[in-house]
Amino acid sequence: MRPSKLVLALATLLLMAGVAEAQVKFAYVGEISGSIAVSGGNFRDGVILAVEELNARGGILKQKIELTLYDTQTNPGVARAQMQKAIDGDPYVVLGPIFSGNVKVTMQMLQQAEIPHFIGGEAAELTSLGDPYLFRTSFGQQIGMPKIANFIRDELKAKTVALIWVNNDFGKGGRDRLIKELTARDIKLTADVSSESGQVDFAADVVKLKAANADVVFVYSNEEECARIMREAKKQGLKGPFVGDTTLLSQKTIELAGDAADGVMGHVGLTADAPLKEVEDFKGKFLKRFNYAPDHNGLKGYSGVYAVKYVTEKLGKLDRKGLAAMMHGLTITPKDEPGILIETSWDNNGEIDRISFLAEVVGGKQKITKILPKIGK
Amino acid sequence: MLADILQLFIAGLATGGIYALAAIGFTLLWQTSQTINFAQGEFVMLPAFFVLIGMGFFGLPFWAAVLVGAAVSIVVLGLMFKKLMVDPMLHHGVLPLVIATIGLAILMKEAVREFYGADAWPFPPLAAATNVTVFGAAFAVQSLVVLGISIAAVIALQLFLNRTRTGRCMQATAQNPTVARLLGVPVERMILYTFLINAALVALASLLITPIYLAKFTNGELLGLYAFIAAIIGGFNQVRGAIAGGLLLGVLDNFTAVYISTQYRLVVPLLFLIVIILFRPQGLLGRVEERTV
Repeated sequence: MRPSKLVLALATLLLMAGVAEAQVKFAYVGEISGSIAVSGGNFRDGVILAVEELNARGGILKQKIELTLYDTQTNPGVARAQMQKAIDGDPYVVLGPIFSGNVKVTMQMLQQAEIPHFIGGEAAELTSLGDPYLFRTSFGQQIGMPKIANFIRDELKAKTVALIWVNNDFGKGGRDRLIKELTARDIKLTADVSSESGQVDFAADVVKLKAANADVVFVYSNEEECARIMREAKKQGLKGPFVGDTTLLSQKTIELAGDAADGVMGHVGLTADAPLKEVEDFKGKFLKRFNYAPDHNGLKGYSGVYAVKYVTEKLGKLDRKGLAAMMHGLTITPKDEPGILIETSWDNNGEIDRISFLAEVVGGKQKITKILPKIGK
Repeated sequence: MLADILQLFIAGLATGGIYALAAIGFTLLWQTSQTINFAQGEFVMLPAFFVLIGMGFFGLPFWAAVLVGAAVSIVVLGLMFKKLMVDPMLHHGVLPLVIATIGLAILMKEAVREFYGADAWPFPPLAAATNVTVFGAAFAVQSLVVLGISIAAVIALQLFLNRTRTGRCMQATAQNPTVARLLGVPVERMILYTFLINAALVALASLLITPIYLAKFTNGELLGLYAFIAAIIGGFNQVRGAIAGGLLLGVLDNFTAVYISTQYRLVVPLLFLIVIILFRPQGLLGRVEERTV
């Protein structure tokens, strides 16, 4: 063989080796646009950051991760179509959706395809539907609401609550769970105001909350709507105190609501302001990469990817069934896998357990006031 | 109870005032150039982003960004809209232009999403978030300011249309362009003025509504729908009809949300619209227009 032909053959072989380099396929199917694009965008960026970090270190099992993004447009119909597209691409895992309604309409598709999926949805019922491939990246409402109800009773000494909630799977699940917990603690609900996803004008709703004259106003909606409610409440002079779960105290809500968010209190399952070194480092990296501060959804996406990485490397092979089986009853600590950020456990239903926080918004910033232990401790 | 009703009424009037500003644009353009602009909602959405660009990219203070945003809106949504879209399309008839404006609405929405993202953005309010108490009812100062500015804008427009020579020429153009042309009215220029006025009105509506809605690429969807309904309810061929329709819709929307259901808040205005179309198709304050073939 002449030297030039040898070089050509070698080059072709190298090129083919490059083309044939094995890749682990990850799919993000989430809310890049639509009414909860804020949450979906944050989750997506958390996923992207983790994937970029892992690829810079050689990927998983020495295979690079190929991440494909699918936009559900916060629309269950589109979510099903996009999920089918993702499944057709034969991904190793799916990350998302974040919108509980979209999780609900797509989880069966993933279960049938036997693809593990790490969701951002928080509706209580999602982990009770018998899907062995579903894993949460944040608390379900059945974990968060008892903690909030205790806070309302023990810390705020409230006897009455006026509730405003968003009428979707997330909001309805939270509302039902909260009412159950409040009733168990002998706290009365004086207003039960439902609002719509993507609602922009809350003048009428705030008038209803004002008329209820409750000890506490509980706001349970997505970030943008939470911000609009707080702005309207300030405008109309509704004093609160305002209490909520993670979304009301998220960085995005605070940014959008401005000083109207000051004084808001509540429970946060996950926060980029947690006083933990791993979380602080993550926040710095996220800010540097995307030029905005992450909220809890960024943490959810990021830690979800690292959970997959940890379990896959433990298994030593790309095995979807094996991954799902190993996830059940698993605890990952930051010592085992720094990317998990906070010690996290999953039970046999894919429900998550980790420490959580009580927080208050002070001067436009979320301030952690108390760290609550894991349920299992 | 009475305090609640008063608060709802004022808040409804404030929001209705903004719908009225956008609805007036519908009637002005229809009257002078037979243009139905289905991108009107997006026309209200866009000026807020011009202001945000002025503040974010060019570091302008809010008031300067508002002035620049208003000027850019008048050029882009008034002059360029007329010259680049309406003029070439109008001689093809009303329907192609309607379809073109629907396309324009999609283009504007997606362009904002592409360049500014799908997130909502905070927008500075024109007044502090305080309130004043009158007869036991607390009224938001922001609502009162919004209502005051809307009323002032509408009065100024009415004075301009009725008391100035240019305004009367615009009315003549709206009533009968052929006769107006014979009488020496520069019809083309009058039509251009209505497009510029519409652009100024949507820029004002944008400044008033965005602190409440937050700046987001989807804001135009609901606004456009409400403005269109308001214009039909009030009377598509009367500016005062659009004003009445806008105010009525704002109040109706608020009372529906409180006393009927939040989920059905859009249903009641639509039912009202159907009733109007069935029993008074010219709208509450509109004129009957006879058509001949």
